[in-house]
Amino acid sequence: MRGNAEVHDLIAPGSMASVLELLAAEPGKWTPIAGGTELMVAFSAGRLNAPRLVSLWGIRDLRFIETRGDAIAIGAATTFLDLRRDSAIASDFPLLTRAASWIGSIANQSRATLGGNLVNGSPAADSSPALLAYDAEVETISVRGRRRIPYSEFHTGYKRNVLAPDELLYAIHLPLRFAGHKQYLRKVGTRRAMAIAKVALGATAIFEKGVIREIRLGAASLAPYPMRLNQTEKALLGQKPSPETAHAARHALFAEVKPIDDIRSTAEYRRRVAANLLDEFLLELQREGSGA
Amino acid sequence: MSVLWPAIRFAVNGEIREVYAPPMKRLLDVLREDLHLTGTKEGCGEGECGSCSVRMNGELVNSCLIPVLQAEGAKIQTVEGLAMNGKLHPMQEAFLQCGGAQCGICTPGMLMAAAQLLATNPHPNLAEIREGLAGNLCRCTGFMRIFESVVIAAADDSAAIAPEEARHAR
Repeated sequence: MRGNAEVHDLIAPGSMASVLELLAAEPGKWTPIAGGTELMVAFSAGRLNAPRLVSLWGIRDLRFIETRGDAIAIGAATTFLDLRRDSAIASDFPLLTRAASWIGSIANQSRATLGGNLVNGSPAADSSPALLAYDAEVETISVRGRRRIPYSEFHTGYKRNVLAPDELLYAIHLPLRFAGHKQYLRKVGTRRAMAIAKVALGATAIFEKGVIREIRLGAASLAPYPMRLNQTEKALLGQKPSPETAHAARHALFAEVKPIDDIRSTAEYRRRVAANLLDEFLLELQREGSGA
Repeated sequence: MSVLWPAIRFAVNGEIREVYAPPMKRLLDVLREDLHLTGTKEGCGEGECGSCSVRMNGELVNSCLIPVLQAEGAKIQTVEGLAMNGKLHPMQEAFLQCGGAQCGICTPGMLMAAAQLLATNPHPNLAEIREGLAGNLCRCTGFMRIFESVVIAAADDSAAIAPEEARHAR
């Protein structure tokens, strides 16, 4: 069944304030749409369950990349091409630049937004492993005010998140303290462009005087939503990256991930490859140190 | 249809157009059905194949994923806008010369993606050409000739000037 444009309403109030007022007046009645790379696919297939949509495209208040104190703030409607072209992101958060380059194709990156990637909440979201590894915070906004929470607490279940019906995702904040960290990101998919991740791992760590002083691991396609691998991190923290440590970390990872079999891959493959990616990161860490 | 849809205005290939369409109608369908610009093709209808690629405000986009309301005020360029004054765009010439077009369904999208690439990167290497066209699928699998076409066009400096900019320059 093809989508029928006549049964959906779409309005473009043009400012963030008007959108927030609309969401507050009729909470849950309006579906925000930014670049449309997710919702328009559902629409074309005739499975868009959103009678009324409100456009966020072109709202300047939601599209920015700014240094604010000791963090970089990225507006939720910033596109992946915006991110790829930004020199501050490239120098301070290179994993995010790389993740942005893996989103679909150029024509997708010109429209798809960072906020859309997170709100859509795909377990395979390309930007998530990097954001988790960088300890990102998200900021929400509504007429009631703003709130900030760690990105690792944003997703609450498969395609579910903490946003209230009257709230928008406003910005993503990345702390400027990863320059001295060893950084790693790898996506495993069927091809480089257009492919959705079978499994992806992002990591940042400090390796000092022979032990792992700090480590953050973010994973995609290993659970109902992108997740921080807290237990695996615990198994590595304060340890030497020895074969024994790698073995313990592998077991911690196996215990905390919950991959599934689907059209793209199998749970078993995802589990093993995730562990291999972690091994690769630990080997690089041991060989090259934290760098900086 | 009894509803009166609001007017939505944008420029297509340098000409201001006004359409009356449901705001969620896909830009692709407005181009083909309302404006009869059937050069832009539909392949997958889900942003995977690139057949519907057009340039909008200087960026490459999949017109199947854009509700027409979001095109309000935009400058759009379709494959019909590549040739100027009866003369093919250097990218089109290169496709002809190298056999870059086979069945033709992917060709308009390939041309637009290639034109976008040269507008942002006038002398791309092969890896950059492959990345620039990675979102465009050729069901005839004629990718090597398509890449070759872009290599040839990239050697011609005038190929990097998109018609939209060329019009303003004159």
